[in-house]
Amino acid sequence: MRARQTATVFARELASYFATPVAYVLIIIFLAASSAFTFYVGGFFQRGQADLASFFMFHPWLYLFLVPAVAMRLWAEERRSGTIELITTLPVGSFPLVLGKFLAAWAFCGIALLLTFPIWVTVNWLGSPDNGVIVMGYLGSWLVAGCFLALGSCMSAVTRNQVVAFVLGAALCFLFLMSGVDLVLAAFRSWAPGFLVDLVASFSLITHFTALSKGTLPLTTAIFILTLISTALFVNKLLVDLKKAG
Amino acid sequence: MEQAVRLDQLSRRFGRFTAVDRMSFGVRQGEVVGFLGPNGAGKSTTMRMLAGFLTPTSGHAWIMGHDIEAQPLEARRAIGYLPEGAPLYGDMTPLALLRFVAAMRGMSSAQTRENIATAIERTDLAEVAYKPIETLSKGFKRRVGLAAAILHDPPVLILDEPTDGLDPNQKHEVRALIADMAADKAIIVSTHILEEVTAVCTRAIVIARGKLIADATPAQFQAFSEWHDAVALRLLPQQIETAIEALSDIPSIYEVKRMNHAADGHDLLVVPIQGERIASTVADRLLEAGVEIQDFRVETGRLDDVFRKLTTTQH
Repeated sequence: MRARQTATVFARELASYFATPVAYVLIIIFLAASSAFTFYVGGFFQRGQADLASFFMFHPWLYLFLVPAVAMRLWAEERRSGTIELITTLPVGSFPLVLGKFLAAWAFCGIALLLTFPIWVTVNWLGSPDNGVIVMGYLGSWLVAGCFLALGSCMSAVTRNQVVAFVLGAALCFLFLMSGVDLVLAAFRSWAPGFLVDLVASFSLITHFTALSKGTLPLTTAIFILTLISTALFVNKLLVDLKKAG
Repeated sequence: MEQAVRLDQLSRRFGRFTAVDRMSFGVRQGEVVGFLGPNGAGKSTTMRMLAGFLTPTSGHAWIMGHDIEAQPLEARRAIGYLPEGAPLYGDMTPLALLRFVAAMRGMSSAQTRENIATAIERTDLAEVAYKPIETLSKGFKRRVGLAAAILHDPPVLILDEPTDGLDPNQKHEVRALIADMAADKAIIVSTHILEEVTAVCTRAIVIARGKLIADATPAQFQAFSEWHDAVALRLLPQQIETAIEALSDIPSIYEVKRMNHAADGHDLLVVPIQGERIASTVADRLLEAGVEIQDFRVETGRLDDVFRKLTTTQH
């Protein structure tokens, strides 16, 4: 029953992405920007290597803006239009609603990612890359998008204003991205004990993504990503329930 | 018989503001309860708590015996709820929306087909079933919301202003639909249109500032009005003064008011002292005085008058 309700929400939500031109615009921006970065900034040709490292490298930074834009409407729009009253009074717990919406948004990101296949075709045509690493790169990219989406969906549940949801979502994602950068870690190193510095560093999606884009999936990364997504979705559910009581 | 809906001291506060204050009442199957009150009185908040959209701050409520907080899903299964303003997904067609609701309610595909066909027929939606909801008129949107509420043929219907914003014909249709379903359901309809109460309700509950202040049948409410059993008269213009003179010394008459003929078609309103019946006395007196009566109407009482009296007095 819960699985069917989740699937029903998923299908409705995914269809509603494609009911507005916004979805197509986001996909086009993602495709255009990811190609531009790969060729002009990443130096795809100049590197002379048959891999997609220069393609995946920029994904977390692109997601920083695009994924919160995908996530912002999930709950804020329900609240603004009042349809939240329609779905939350159906005989369904709030978790199937949260999960169904999240999965729909994640599937949407997956579709956008799959549409980058020409670059995979290109690199295979130009040389003979390790396609296993490329698959892991795609998987890693999709997982990072999932983390950002879960955070963005959470932020979407606190407001009825999509712009606010976007800004909060992007800010939260930025924190998780930046925590692994030396600039941030240096600020901690001066005073914090070593384990704390390591802890902050381990929150960094960049660190985990780098491992993935090299073709490996360390256990810590898998656990971290699963924990981050499930925690964010759990908080999301609490936020949806809290609005009823507050 | 177990009451279909029961509220016991149900309250809801928003910060320091008490929107619903210790509300208690029950509704049986077969009853259509009109929920009356000025805007902001707490009608929607009460309905939202019953439907499971808001959590009560204190108190309890049961839907078909299910506690709304302890067994929320069972309670919601028994309810058909039309939220205020009938919010809907604009990008969906009515048919897709009804399919969505049917799937969320766990209906089998045969059941879905049958229930959707019935709901569409009852709310007369066939002609727009394939058009996106955002392109529909307000009346159709409201009917889509109603169709979604009655889709699973629930024993309890909670309708928040189902006729708000509809044209007179659409209002009539919605009322007919409610009356049609009334026999085997417990229905709560909120409204601030008073004619609706006399048209469809078997009982009316008046609330103001979050408190229940009256609970009676529409007829009892009308009896409460100063217009109740008053006599409205249409007379020949030259005989109006004679008539006032003739009625001046009857003890059971409280006052004789002049009325605006153009607006109402009557010239005089004879108001009795509360509880007195004056129709035959008035008729006798006028005939004795040789006044020719053009029209003679005994008023049943005006709800808007009672409504104003009830909701504006301080408690």
